[in-house]
Amino acid sequence: MTHTNPTITLIMAGRRRRQGRWILVTSLLAVLACVLCCAMLMLGNTVYPVKDVIRALSGEQIKGVSFAVSTIRLPRMLAGLFAGFAFGVAGYVFQTMLRNPLANPNVIGITSGSSVAAVFCIVVLQASGAVISVASVVAGLATVILIYLLSRGKAFSIGRLILIGIGIQAMIDAAISYLMLISAEQDLPAAVRWLTGSLNGAQMDRLPPLMIAVLICTPIIIVLGKQLNLLELGEQAATSLGVDTDKSRIALIVSSVCMIAIATATTGPIAFVSFLAGPIAKRLVGIGFSNIIPAGLVGINLVLAADLIGQFATPYRFPVGIITGLLGAPYLIFLLVRMNRKGEL
Amino acid sequence: MKPTHHFQAERVVAGYENKTVIHGVDLVIPSHKISVIIGSNGCGKSTLLKTLARLIKPASGTITIDGKPLGKIPPKQLARVVGLLPQSPIVPEGITVTDLVGRGRFPHQSLFGNWTKKDYAAVAEAMETMRITEFADRHIDELSGGQRQRVWIAMALAQETDILFLDEPTTFLDITYQVEILDLLTDLNRRHGTTIVMVLHDINLSARYADHIIALHEGKLVAEGAPSEVITSPLVKDIFGMDSEVIADPVSGSPMVVPKGRYHVIGSPVQEA
Repeated sequence: MTHTNPTITLIMAGRRRRQGRWILVTSLLAVLACVLCCAMLMLGNTVYPVKDVIRALSGEQIKGVSFAVSTIRLPRMLAGLFAGFAFGVAGYVFQTMLRNPLANPNVIGITSGSSVAAVFCIVVLQASGAVISVASVVAGLATVILIYLLSRGKAFSIGRLILIGIGIQAMIDAAISYLMLISAEQDLPAAVRWLTGSLNGAQMDRLPPLMIAVLICTPIIIVLGKQLNLLELGEQAATSLGVDTDKSRIALIVSSVCMIAIATATTGPIAFVSFLAGPIAKRLVGIGFSNIIPAGLVGINLVLAADLIGQFATPYRFPVGIITGLLGAPYLIFLLVRMNRKGEL
Repeated sequence: MKPTHHFQAERVVAGYENKTVIHGVDLVIPSHKISVIIGSNGCGKSTLLKTLARLIKPASGTITIDGKPLGKIPPKQLARVVGLLPQSPIVPEGITVTDLVGRGRFPHQSLFGNWTKKDYAAVAEAMETMRITEFADRHIDELSGGQRQRVWIAMALAQETDILFLDEPTTFLDITYQVEILDLLTDLNRRHGTTIVMVLHDINLSARYADHIIALHEGKLVAEGAPSEVITSPLVKDIFGMDSEVIADPVSGSPMVVPKGRYHVIGSPVQEA
């Protein structure tokens, strides 16, 4: 249909332009993620060419290559891929819903809550797989409820929620350190894994819960994408536009916490990925459209790039969480200083 | 022309957790008219508006539209008939004017899918009505207070509801912009027959722009009707506790309240406190 209304032509052109940018940036992020995935499979003590990697993955037995690629590098890559996506999406959901970049699972202690449950299950109960996943989801949700109850006060305030969350985070991290201390067999790398996150020792048989969680929760969050965008305008605006705010919020929180908790149980709380992914995606894509997928892709790129840097850029092999922590901590300080200046805290 | 609705509140009691603000209000919102709720600070104007617009659940009493209680209508369906512009909506950083106005289309859209022709037409019309077309691709954080307020109203217009509630749409604006916004809302009411219910702070602008005045005092309805019948100096004394003289507005002929303080009253000695 053609129309002569110049306003329609104008706003259509604007939307097409922004949509074009969304598609372009999202595709570039996806391509970069693919490149990093390939690099994860090719690089290691020995560098294998692409064709050997493909042959090994398709089941051919090549001496040396098959073991390194299928047993060590593939699980490491998949763990980074799914955990990065889960952290990115869940972080973005929280930041958008609560309208504050600090209101993030990583800053307000939800990740730590899941982490302590996982450590407890492994160190004290010596539990495995499914038990760890369930425990970390329950602990993540419990942390959310605890923070909410403590920060309710007379009127709900996001500033209070964040400060209480940071306090809870500190307490839980102390509990994790204590659990690490009393477990004699645990060595230092394992401790680091539960405090900052690491892809070391990722194993194929431990990945299915994370993959399932991501494959189930992501569509739920995408379906609620429009509601999420309206929740960002505030409770009153969202309600008057016809959003069932309570139902939407609960569905979004439960889906995000499931993803982030199981990702944490698998790789440890890879520091600051959920905190950085959303703002980076917004900066790259703009905010007219849904940024759920871009945030997930940024999460993947952050985790895989940080892991490659940690493994190969220095003479030491740093776990991924140390590298993402180095990126995230300055940004956290920057945000705190800026919010303090604007009087938002 | 928008369809006629019977919007009625019966014995509505409402408020917040441990404080009742509205004590049993009965009223019918006249269809296709501009109604303005007036009253002093803290009398419950804004609470009444939010209760009527379903943001606050009444503690008792019923609010019905065409005989159906608001709570029984699915939220998205209700949002196609009743809209509200909140007093202080939150601006997401970096969003463009078009995209924000477009969010008002939510109740008309399916879960997925891009904007339809209808969405584009509604957004374009809302932007033209509010005269913000020139800002279409600008970020909303770059606009002035008055321009921003027009964008928010355009978002509520894009929702294409038959009834529109506005909570102090002119607060914090210079007088020029207050008049401009009230003119634009009157355009909307005259052209489309949109029923408008709003809370305004300025009693003289209320008297000029309203077809129907709803006067509240301490959570109770004290008077309602046409401004010329309702706005009298005894009523002003009742709801604002202030002496005044009500004269005809030299521009519009509507009632105009001229307050009497302790100073500057011709022919009366100053009464020092």
